[in-house]
Amino acid sequence: MNGELQAIWVYLAASPLLTLTLTLVAYQAGIWLYNKSGNNPLVNPVLIAVLAIVALLTLTATDYRTYFDGAQFIHFLLGPATVALAIPLYRQIQKVRESWLAIAVTVIFGSLTAAVTSVGIAWLLGASRLTLLSIAPKSVTTPVAMGIAEQLGGLPTLTAVVVILTGITGAMTASGLLQLVRIRDPRASGLAIGIAAHGIGTARAFQISEVAGAFSGLAMGLNALATAILLPVLFQLLD
Amino acid sequence: MLGFFIVLLTCQLAGEVLVIATGLPLPGPVVGMAVLFAGLLLRGGIPKGLDQMADALLSHLSLLFVPAGVGVILHAQLIGAELLPIAGSVIISTMLTIVITAWTMQLLGRRGADQ
Repeated sequence: MNGELQAIWVYLAASPLLTLTLTLVAYQAGIWLYNKSGNNPLVNPVLIAVLAIVALLTLTATDYRTYFDGAQFIHFLLGPATVALAIPLYRQIQKVRESWLAIAVTVIFGSLTAAVTSVGIAWLLGASRLTLLSIAPKSVTTPVAMGIAEQLGGLPTLTAVVVILTGITGAMTASGLLQLVRIRDPRASGLAIGIAAHGIGTARAFQISEVAGAFSGLAMGLNALATAILLPVLFQLLD
Repeated sequence: MLGFFIVLLTCQLAGEVLVIATGLPLPGPVVGMAVLFAGLLLRGGIPKGLDQMADALLSHLSLLFVPAGVGVILHAQLIGAELLPIAGSVIISTMLTIVITAWTMQLLGRRGADQ
């Protein structure tokens, strides 16, 4: 009996089906808890799913590569989903046309704010140089952030992790913060969330409103462009 | 449905090719978003099925970040060694950026605001 169970485990552990299903179940559990909490943004489904999966992988001594063999099918959909952000954006085209200059200035200023505050605070708290360079592009969507970190001489894989943690932090805190400082313009909420917390923030912004989601997706794309251009220049000036 | 998924993938592919050809500092899917947006502008509207396809994908957008998030496991040690500066920077800087950026847009964008 024990040998049979062992055989089933060995078979399942090698198949991508197991970790693919695990990812969906963990996320569904996160959604369930989020709904149970009365949709409290602090009960973040991504954070819950990640913690549950990390705990399970650690307990079963499964490495990330094996996990990703199954999870890559979900990861792959990030590409087409990013492309699909053009559609809510198109629905808001009138609002974008009306305020394109304000959007452009906000994105440039926001991009610089994100970079200066992340490096400044990490430096004050005693971060090593490698960490400073890796953390600088933390508000930018993962592939661009990793590219920028590499160019600066940071550690791209550390950047990837910090970017995800930034997105989760933004998703958890944004609506409370925006209420606290009395932001009522959904365009401003969307831009702020997209610039500070990229795609994970954008997912959250769509829960706030369609306008906030569309502006968040736009801000994510523009912020990636602005930061990729500005950050290397900024570091050259500082060095 | 399949046709519209092909539209999304084709735009992404076009985005990837454009990035390689021009050296733009952007990921392929973000340029793909711009390609699709340009296409919608030219067409002057969103095909009905594409609308539904996008809503289906975007309603579970945060699920798609879970596999990358689990990558935290790869750097647990490095993060543990500099927990205070990393956590402090991520939390404080993200919150500051949200507040400062939202203020900026609310101030600059007053004219077009519908409240």
